[in-house]
Amino acid sequence: MNRIKNFFAGKWGIIVTGIIIGLAAIALQYFGNPKNMGFCIACFTRDIAGAIGLHRAGVAQYLRPEIIAIVLGSFLIAVLTREFKPRGGSSPIIRFLLGMFAIIGSLVFLGCPWRAILRLGGGDLNAIFGIGGLMAGIYLGTIFLKGGYDLGRSRKMKATAGLIFPGIMIGLLALIIVFPQVSGIIKSGILFYSTKGPGAMHAPVLISLAVGLIVGIIAQRSRFCTIGGFRDLFLFKQFHLISGAVSLLLTVFVLNLLLGTFNLGFEGQPVAHSSWAWNFLGMVLAGLAFALAGGCPGRQLVLAGEGDTDAAMFSLGMLTGAGVAHNFLLTASPKGIGAHSAFAVIFGLAVLVLIGFFNKEEV
Amino acid sequence: MSEVIDATGLSCPKPVMLMVKKLKSIENGEFSIIVDNDTAKENVCRTAEERNGKIISIEREQGNYVINIGTK
Repeated sequence: MNRIKNFFAGKWGIIVTGIIIGLAAIALQYFGNPKNMGFCIACFTRDIAGAIGLHRAGVAQYLRPEIIAIVLGSFLIAVLTREFKPRGGSSPIIRFLLGMFAIIGSLVFLGCPWRAILRLGGGDLNAIFGIGGLMAGIYLGTIFLKGGYDLGRSRKMKATAGLIFPGIMIGLLALIIVFPQVSGIIKSGILFYSTKGPGAMHAPVLISLAVGLIVGIIAQRSRFCTIGGFRDLFLFKQFHLISGAVSLLLTVFVLNLLLGTFNLGFEGQPVAHSSWAWNFLGMVLAGLAFALAGGCPGRQLVLAGEGDTDAAMFSLGMLTGAGVAHNFLLTASPKGIGAHSAFAVIFGLAVLVLIGFFNKEEV
Repeated sequence: MSEVIDATGLSCPKPVMLMVKKLKSIENGEFSIIVDNDTAKENVCRTAEERNGKIISIEREQGNYVINIGTK
């Protein structure tokens, strides 16, 4: 176990991790996930919100097994390597709010940082604005960090606290098993299942679970984090984490070229819109939220699997925010931004700037 | 008595930020930084060695890592 841990946490380990996540993403896309969406923590969280009825957007209702598997993969490997450490208490309510704004911003762009990379690797040039926005948001986050922004120390907690989030994931898995999808039927027992749109496009459950588990394991070992990649570049001129993101991008780019799924351009891209301003601004909001919370949503899921209840609160904020985003018409669609997207992004930025500026803790 | 920085319970990237700040402030000397998880330990060590720090030793103490850093 130690040799695996040491390798993935090292310089080549994170590059290999990016390659494996890229392979995983393309595989999931091949087996049925939407185009340029082998993984999308934001979109998949939104689909889970729909599956359990937090919103009723018919095209986004599916209990994505990938999210469950990433958490449980991280949980299993953390337990095996004694890195399962229940902890929490670092401004959980702020983290919950950050999660809400992170997904609101992401759903204006229509992707989390992982998906932004996958979209770019698929030729979707709109992702350039998204990644640009992400970088701007993270940069703003580093200004607050240097100014003393801090959410306070977390403390050790009992195992019961650390097991709640992995337990919720097991509960969701049980729901999939008890209420499986029935072809063409919108509801199976208590779960909603899209019959059209991105929610209806998915790989078989077992493949999603298997791939998600692998990704959860290596992401935990390597500490893979796209937001951390840009942040460490800005703060410390360090290339370690960003090399993982770059290797993910290159892997996806090459695989898309080989498989003929590379489609260069701005218009007509899968589950995407071409409003450059809102692709940018949505991700400024998301990037700032992720930076203030200490990591990208994939990393937050992995941390939650390790027993980090603060990351779990962030992830639950994302789930709640997804429900709110659809119910309040804050999300974009391929047709463009939603009725209240603009207000939500500007409002969110204002709130996060206040949090970043005023939330200084003596540490 | 060299300074001991308590970085336990702090979120990424705070432990590294505290270490870098201390390393910048001393021309030569030693200090210790305490972290409570492997990720912070790896990040602190990697960043220190990329700069003018060297890891003198890492001790385990009550489940935490005490990283002793000196200047190169």
